[in-house]
Amino acid sequence: MKSPSDLDLSRRDLLVGTAASLAVTAPPSVANAQASADGSQAAAVEVPSISKVSFTVNGLAHELELDTRTTLLDALREHLHLTGSKKGCDQGQCGACTVIVEGRRISSCLTLAVMHEGRTITTIEGLGTPDNLHPMQAAFVEHDGYQCGYCTPGQICSAVAVLDEIKAGIPSHVTADLNTQLQVTTAELRERMSGNICRCGAYSNIVEAITEVAGRQG
Amino acid sequence: MKPFTYERAHSPAEAAAAAARTPGAKFVAGGTNLLDLMKLQIETPTHLIDVNGLALDQIKTTPEEGLRIGALVRNTDLAADPRVRRDYGLLSRALLAGASGQLRNQATTAGNLLQRTRCPYFYDTNQPCNKREPGSGCSAIGGFTRQHAVVGVSEACIATHPSDMAVALRALDATVETIRPDGTTRSIPIANFHRLPGDSPHIETVLERGELITAITLPKPLGGKQIYRKVRDRASYAFALVSVAAIVQRDGRGRVALGGVAHKPWRVEAAEAEMPRGAKAITAQLLAGATPTHDNAFKVPLVERTLGAVLTEAKG
Repeated sequence: MKSPSDLDLSRRDLLVGTAASLAVTAPPSVANAQASADGSQAAAVEVPSISKVSFTVNGLAHELELDTRTTLLDALREHLHLTGSKKGCDQGQCGACTVIVEGRRISSCLTLAVMHEGRTITTIEGLGTPDNLHPMQAAFVEHDGYQCGYCTPGQICSAVAVLDEIKAGIPSHVTADLNTQLQVTTAELRERMSGNICRCGAYSNIVEAITEVAGRQG
Repeated sequence: MKPFTYERAHSPAEAAAAAARTPGAKFVAGGTNLLDLMKLQIETPTHLIDVNGLALDQIKTTPEEGLRIGALVRNTDLAADPRVRRDYGLLSRALLAGASGQLRNQATTAGNLLQRTRCPYFYDTNQPCNKREPGSGCSAIGGFTRQHAVVGVSEACIATHPSDMAVALRALDATVETIRPDGTTRSIPIANFHRLPGDSPHIETVLERGELITAITLPKPLGGKQIYRKVRDRASYAFALVSVAAIVQRDGRGRVALGGVAHKPWRVEAAEAEMPRGAKAITAQLLAGATPTHDNAFKVPLVERTLGAVLTEAKG
């Protein structure tokens, strides 16, 4: 099996490739040259803009030069080859791209990489390893919290952050009283996890997995 | 996505000036709506001004005993603020009824106000839409309109404003604080901030070119029972078919604003005189002159019933 860094660009990858990969194959200077070679198309040629950004992912510092259009998700997957975070809908509706930035879960598809200068990012690869699973990963395995597994990295990143949100006292839509201590209930977990869609429908097992971890954390 | 240049702003005045002098510039904060629209090329800024570095992320008490909420306060933090939970429960509830945990962690107070409609014809770039392409026509009129507006509509547009937060702010009589490119500031009552579609539905607020929201201020707490009831197709993570924001005082007086029915948060102050007479009387005035379509005529009785449920809850 190839390691993620050896991934070859398939025809499909090229066709659906991100703006960022386009920047690699056609740097601005080339695009400019093409524009000036055919003046009639000059206005139609869109020149990518490149910007620098530095951030820390799973404990490692990175400095990247990216097409400004690169989402955080594409930076993680296509540039840092951290392919655990998944591209599901690419419009913030499915939660497969959920990562944790500065302790908060966000949709990495709806934010630009350049907007994360100096930030600390945790992806599924940073939570645990195959030999040393994060408790939430172990609980998902134990409770069968998935079938196909595509949404699972996002579910697990979200679940870890959800328990932190409850500990921090952040209320939810189903919290009965805004001014009392929060409880970890099935209703709370279901509401808080509603931004993570599982097309296989493993929801009840996902809730059981999170409930078990919450119970152990006390 | 179309290419764009990018800069990080260092002060509100600088950001506003940069936006005014750079053609095709837009501010970006949370980006949850803007990025989505840029991918679809519904928004095509050629320059983005990242305002996330501006120190506008605090919630402070005002001399008038209200709150000044920085434009960059994230929806999660605003909903969770102890003062908001205690004194402006309506606002916490509205925020928590919207979007998902991930999106509330990114989305900002100002950005929430400025989000665009989720009208499916606005999103479908193959269809005419006066909001997306002024003068091209409205595909919703005569189309599938279950989600659309029933009141304050025009022949050019029947889209709704999607925000829950804005509905609560309308009931609370919030004020939008801004800075203009020339450095002057102004305060815009929330009632005047969003526009009805008229014949220019692409102009959604009264903000001028380059004008930047710096804060939202809330007046002194109003007390009373504060209830936000959202009716939607899913129990979570869906836009409102209808929502009711109500503040009900012990004597039965109060305020009501609606979401999901108009191009802006919908409040008719005169209708509030009917509060002691109940939901039917209030709704008759709130939705007077409503022009629902075949698909969304259900919203009129749904408003009345939801308001009825809210008023009953307020008595409990």
